[in-house]
Amino acid sequence: MSQQSVLYDVPGPRQRRLTLVLSILVGLLILVGAYFLVYLPMDEKGQLTLELWGPLIDPGNENFSAVWDRISVGIVNTLTAAALAIVSSLAIGTLVAVLRIQLKTLVKRRFTGFATPVSYLLRGLSWLLSAVTRVCIEVFRGLPVVLTIFFVARGLPEFGITMDTLFYLVIGLTIYNSVVIAEILRSGMEGLPPGQREAAAAIGLSPLQTTIIVLLPQAFRIMLPALISQLVVVLKDTSLGFIISYEEILNIGKQIIGALSNPIQVYIVIAVLFILVNYSLSKLAQYVQRRLARGRKTADTPTQNPPAVALVSQAEGGASGV
Amino acid sequence: MNVLIDRFDVFAGGFWLTFQICVLAAIGALVLGAVVAVLRISPVPPLRALGTAYVTVFRNMPLTVVMFFAAFGLPVLGSNADFLRIPVLDQVFTRLGTDLPYFRFALIALVLYTAAFVCEALRSGVNAVSPGQAEAARAIGMTFTQNLRFVVLPQSWKACIVPLGSVIIAMIKNSALIGFFGVVGDLSQSADQLTSAEGFAFVPVAIGISIGYLIMTVPLGALLDRIERRQAVAAR
Amino acid sequence: MRFTRVAALATVAALSFGIAACGGSDDSTESSGGEAKTFAAGSTMEKLNKAGSIKVGTKFDQPGFGLKGLSGKPEGFDVEVAKIIVKELGIAEDKIEYVETPSKVREDAIVNSNVDFVVATYTINDERKKRIAFAGPYYEAGQNILVKADDAAITGPDSFKDGTQKVCSVTGSTPAETIKTYVKDVASQVVLFDTYDKCVTALDGGQVNAVTTDNVILLGYIAKNEGKYKLAGENFTKEPYGIGVKLEDTAFRTFINETLEKAFQDGSWKKAWDDTAGKFGAELGTAPTVDKY
Repeated sequence: MSQQSVLYDVPGPRQRRLTLVLSILVGLLILVGAYFLVYLPMDEKGQLTLELWGPLIDPGNENFSAVWDRISVGIVNTLTAAALAIVSSLAIGTLVAVLRIQLKTLVKRRFTGFATPVSYLLRGLSWLLSAVTRVCIEVFRGLPVVLTIFFVARGLPEFGITMDTLFYLVIGLTIYNSVVIAEILRSGMEGLPPGQREAAAAIGLSPLQTTIIVLLPQAFRIMLPALISQLVVVLKDTSLGFIISYEEILNIGKQIIGALSNPIQVYIVIAVLFILVNYSLSKLAQYVQRRLARGRKTADTPTQNPPAVALVSQAEGGASGV
Repeated sequence: MNVLIDRFDVFAGGFWLTFQICVLAAIGALVLGAVVAVLRISPVPPLRALGTAYVTVFRNMPLTVVMFFAAFGLPVLGSNADFLRIPVLDQVFTRLGTDLPYFRFALIALVLYTAAFVCEALRSGVNAVSPGQAEAARAIGMTFTQNLRFVVLPQSWKACIVPLGSVIIAMIKNSALIGFFGVVGDLSQSADQLTSAEGFAFVPVAIGISIGYLIMTVPLGALLDRIERRQAVAAR
Repeated sequence: MRFTRVAALATVAALSFGIAACGGSDDSTESSGGEAKTFAAGSTMEKLNKAGSIKVGTKFDQPGFGLKGLSGKPEGFDVEVAKIIVKELGIAEDKIEYVETPSKVREDAIVNSNVDFVVATYTINDERKKRIAFAGPYYEAGQNILVKADDAAITGPDSFKDGTQKVCSVTGSTPAETIKTYVKDVASQVVLFDTYDKCVTALDGGQVNAVTTDNVILLGYIAKNEGKYKLAGENFTKEPYGIGVKLEDTAFRTFINETLEKAFQDGSWKKAWDDTAGKFGAELGTAPTVDKY
């Protein structure tokens, strides 16, 4: 917002009048466009009749309560899957982030206290471990979540592991999101001023202690908005549960459509529900961020630009303006 | 493992189709996203509201729902997306010109959805340009358009590249959904076809399909990491 | 050894039929307790009977066969057939847990023991018999084509050969594979969705000219939208619907086969049909011969 006011002058009375006229014109144009391009064709195709909309919006309709019972089942299932997925992704993502930071310092270590072959072995080993985690992260980050879920649901049973579809979905979402969260946290930790790490080393903390006591809490704080917006991503991605017949809201929608044949209407309701929940989540992210920004200024911690990966996750997930 | 060799044509065809839609959708999303971004920072309130509404709606909806509206809502509005049958382009991207509109529908859905994220990436780039720049430009009497064109956008471009790249990577991955909305023969639908309908073993097919996506996403990701690191060094 | 066991099971099964037949009415109302039955020790039937609950795989999106609507419970011919079998196992109807098994996961669901058996418009064919075993058939459908009522251009599967007509079916289903052998160019003629509802919507919107799958499913859509659609020509395949069980579980398969034969005799099979898919005006025909391979 602050940027916008810089781009053009504060309008004067003439400009303001012009803007008002333009605003009304544009507004009218949008309305007219919507009427001719959306309302009329829909009306013509009979998509606006109460017969199709009634079960969804008219409490007096015979199917109304049944439909909303089903929809609430779907909402509960969607939220369950999203909650489980976000909790497990956070836990695993933190672990992976710490692991990666540790491995990175380990790779730099020369193991001088050991005999030469042993030190070479240790260096080779830590390099290998680091490479393996790196590859895993790249692979899981580079695969579509749809496929991860699909692979989990089809692949695990091949190895004799069977469970509820809920858990296939949660595992699939966790694999992808924990990797993303790990990267968010890692870049948060690496973005911290080097003085933090140095100071921690100076008071005798080991690298692991440094990460857990000093770096991680700060990274969490800085990255909180990005983490919340990842929640939006998870919530949206639970909709992929329909692929493996998990009864989340889209799948329930499919069943309602099977009974009432009103696909457009059901999907509009589902879309609105999603937008409401996710919009409030991103508002929350914005609020948290503003609080944090204020807190940082008063506490006078050295501020750095949020590292670019913050932008990355923001772009993928949709946190609000960094 | 034989399926990878015996049915290589299926994998290659799937890769080609996914690649096609990704190229087209990336171009479309960049253009539309830029337009929406300009709307969002423009001086006219209804345009700004329009831009904001667009981003709010499309960023908070699952792509599945967007895909559904493209595939089943557009026909209700009386459109088969025929305007996408672009004469020369459909020689290269043959699916654009087929009678079956689902490739075009999926393309529209991907473009609409991704454009919201492109807009946000661009806007974050604009925000990264220090306000002093725009103030100075205004001080020497530049208008809104001049300001954007000569001062802000050229600088914001640099800050946009990494987030834009991630948006495109996310889009490539999202394209895996098109197979569920009537586009026959893309990478993810081929996986389904080979394992469910033709009964091939699951693991080799999974590996083949994964490679198809990773070929596109991993190098792009590595490139972005490189640019990001360079910029970080330059900023120091 | 194996033979004697099967024989023993068959006797026990036959005996239990006798008991059940004495049990009286074939109404499905008294569902609370389930009747006491005895099965051979170690058999699937005994295990299920002891457990008192069962998991049945069916479809949730097939009008007339297995459709999960607003009640939250699947309804249809497949579901009724499942109930007949479950009742014969001495398990209460409300102890059935229905698991959605779309076409592409049916074999996996059986092999991985996600379900105890599958009744899901499940065509018996040799490819599938390699991984699982089929009881039945309990119905014989055939693939057909649904077109708009005023469509004269499509008269059968051969109408797709010239490459202009577009057809929709469901991913991973047998009809989809069959129709692919008739079309000229898959990319420009075939659309695959995850449900038939979407196909019918596409037919309605004019994006495709036809929807193809088993006739009974199509009849459901004709019944639902009076006068809007029709079938183009005769069935061009035979799709005997079977009940999928584990490959090695011959005793359970025999048990289901005999239950079906009994249901064909005592009218519960016909009643199940009349209550569900029969309302679409499809012919039930005579009871198919159970294939005890």
